Amino acid sequence: MADNIPAGSTTEGAIQVGQQAQQPADARVSAPASYDVADFPVPHGREEDWRFTPLERLRGLHDGTAEATGGLRVDVTAPEGVIVETVDRGDARLGRAGKPVDRVAAQAYSSFEKASVVTVPKDAVLTEPVRIAVHGEGGVAYGHTQIEVGAFAEAVVVIDHTGDATLAANVEYVLGDGAKLTVVSVQDWDRDAVHVAQHTALVGRDATFKSVVVTFGGDVVRLHPRVIYGGPGGEAELYGLYFTDNGQHQEHRLFIDHDTPHCRSNVAYKGALQGKDAHAVWIGDVLIRAVAEGTDTYELNRNLVLTDGARVDSVPNLEIETGEIVGAGHASATGRFDDEQLFYLMARGIPHDEARRLVVRGFFAELVQQIGMADLEERLLAKIEQELEASVS
Amino acid sequence: MATLEIHDLHVSVEAENGPREILRGVDLTVKQGETHAIMGPNGSGKSTLAYSLAGHPKYTVTGGTVTLDGEDVLAMSVDERARAGVFLAMQYPVEVPGVSVSNFLRTSATAVRGEAPKLRTWVKEVKEAMEHLQIDPSFAERNVNEGFSGGEKKRHEILQLELLKPAIAILDETDSGLDVDALRVVSEGVNRVRETGQVGTLLITHYTRILRYIKPDYVHVFAAGRIVESGGAELADKLENEGYAAYVKGGASGE
Repeated sequence: MADNIPAGSTTEGAIQVGQQAQQPADARVSAPASYDVADFPVPHGREEDWRFTPLERLRGLHDGTAEATGGLRVDVTAPEGVIVETVDRGDARLGRAGKPVDRVAAQAYSSFEKASVVTVPKDAVLTEPVRIAVHGEGGVAYGHTQIEVGAFAEAVVVIDHTGDATLAANVEYVLGDGAKLTVVSVQDWDRDAVHVAQHTALVGRDATFKSVVVTFGGDVVRLHPRVIYGGPGGEAELYGLYFTDNGQHQEHRLFIDHDTPHCRSNVAYKGALQGKDAHAVWIGDVLIRAVAEGTDTYELNRNLVLTDGARVDSVPNLEIETGEIVGAGHASATGRFDDEQLFYLMARGIPHDEARRLVVRGFFAELVQQIGMADLEERLLAKIEQELEASVS
Repeated sequence: MATLEIHDLHVSVEAENGPREILRGVDLTVKQGETHAIMGPNGSGKSTLAYSLAGHPKYTVTGGTVTLDGEDVLAMSVDERARAGVFLAMQYPVEVPGVSVSNFLRTSATAVRGEAPKLRTWVKEVKEAMEHLQIDPSFAERNVNEGFSGGEKKRHEILQLELLKPAIAILDETDSGLDVDALRVVSEGVNRVRETGQVGTLLITHYTRILRYIKPDYVHVFAAGRIVESGGAELADKLENEGYAAYVKGGASGE
C-alpha cells in the first residue's frame, strides 16, 4: 500500500429508488448466504465486500488455511433465571437468526465445535447484564454464540473481547415478540489480534434491538452486524464507536434488511483515527424491500482524522424499492483535525494537548450520550482518554 | 497598564522560491485603553501582522521584538500569548468539528482566567453577552464555526472578545463580509469592551466604514510591510476620499 495515502476520506454513497425486484443493481442483495464454506469462493480482494480488507493479514481465516488451535476462553456470567449452555454444533437452535453471508463467516460456521447459547426466558426482565468474556490466548479459534431473548423479556448483554486471538465467529441474536435486547460488543483486543465476525439479529414483532459496537484494539477487526426483521413493529438501533491507531484496520459493515412493514432502524457510527496507515472502513447498507411499507430508517457515519497518514472509507448505501415509507436517509462525513483548528483553539488560550482532547471528546460525546448507559459511558470516555494519552505522549 | 510594543518587526513566509519577507520593520505601541486603526491596501501585510502577533506557525519572525508589559511575546507559544492577554479576532474563523460553542467558550475562559468560572455566573455571563450580540441561544450547542454564516462567525469572535477580556485585542478585518446591521451589532460589542478602558485595540481594516462605529484614537497607514503614515482619526477621512493610491504607487500622488 502506498505510503502517502491522503488523509481524509473517500466517501461514496448511493441512493437508489425504484422497483428493481427482478435484478437488484446492488450485489449485496443477491449475495449468497450459506452455512457451508464450500459455497463461497476464496476472496481475492477485488470483490465488493472484500475490497477494503487486507486479506494477507487475516492469517488464513478467508482461505481455509487457518487451522483451529484453540486458546479462546469464553466465560459467561448471567443473573439468575438465565439459561447458559455450551452445546454441540448439531444443536437445532443454532443458525436461526440467519445464514453466514461471506466466506469467513461460513468458515466459522463450518468449523466451530461448541457453541455458547444464552437464553433469557420469556417475560424475564433482567436487572443485571449478562456478561460474556471472550479472552484470546494466542491461538486460532472459530466461535459461535447465540443469545435468545424470549417474548417480552428484557436483557442487556455485554460481550468483551480481550487478549490475543485469530478469531472468526458468528453471533446470533434472536428476539421474541416484544423483547428488548441491548448488546454491547467491545473489541478491546491486544495489538496483534485478528477478529472477523458476523453479528446477525432477528428482530421479532414489536421487539427492540440495540447494538453498541466499540472497537479499539486488534490488528484487523472486521465486523458485520446485520439486522433482519421477523415481524412488523421491530426497532433496531445500531451504535458504533471506534478509535483506529497506526497500522490498525477496523472495518464495520452493516446491513439492515427492511423486509417487513413498519419497522424502524437508526444507525450512528463514529470513529477517530490517528497515526500512519490507520484504516477505518464503514459500510452502511440499508435495503427497503417492496413489502416494507412504513419503514423509517436513518444511518450516519462520522470520522475524525487526527493526523496525517490515516485513511477512511465510508460508504453508505440506501436501496429503496417502495415509496410508501416514513423516512429514509443517510449521512457520512469525514473531518480533519488540522493545524488551523489547533491554532484557533490555542489562540484562545487552550494548551495543545487539551485542544486535541477537547476535539475528540466532543466528537464522541453526543454518541456516548445517545447510547444512554451510564456505566458504559464512563468506561468509554476513560478508554478514549487512554487512547489519546497514548497518542499525545 | 498593559502596553504592547512592536519594534522593527520583520516577518517572512515560506514561498515557492524561498522565504518572502512580508513585514519590513513594523514599529507600533498600543496601550490599554487606546484604539489604533491599521489601514492599508490588499497585500500590504496587515493580516500578517495580526497572525504574527498571535503566533501562527506559518509566519517566521526574522527580526525585531514584540513585548507585552516588557514580556517577550515572540518567545511564547500560541496559547501562552492568549493567556498573557493577546486576543486575535480572525478574519476567517476556523470550523472545529465536534466541539460545541458552549464547551469551547468555557474551556477557553478557564484557560485564560486560570480557573474555571463559577457555573452559575458563567451561564448568566454567556447568556447576556449572546443577547447583546443578538446571537440565538441555540448557537451554544452548535459546533464551533461549523455551518456559521459570515456574520455569525464574526459575532462569535466578538463574543469571545467580550468573555475573555484581553489586554490587547487585534481585530483582523472584522468588518469584512458584514452587512450594515451586522456591522453595527459587532461594532457595539467591540465598543462595550473598549469602554471598560481595559483593552488596547488594534483594528485592522481595508475600509473606513467600520470607523463610523468604532472611533480610533490613531490611524496608521500600512503599505509594503510597514507603517508609512500615522495620524489621528482625520487620516481615515483622507483615505476615504483619496484611497490608497498615494501609498502603493511609490509615493506618487493622485489617482
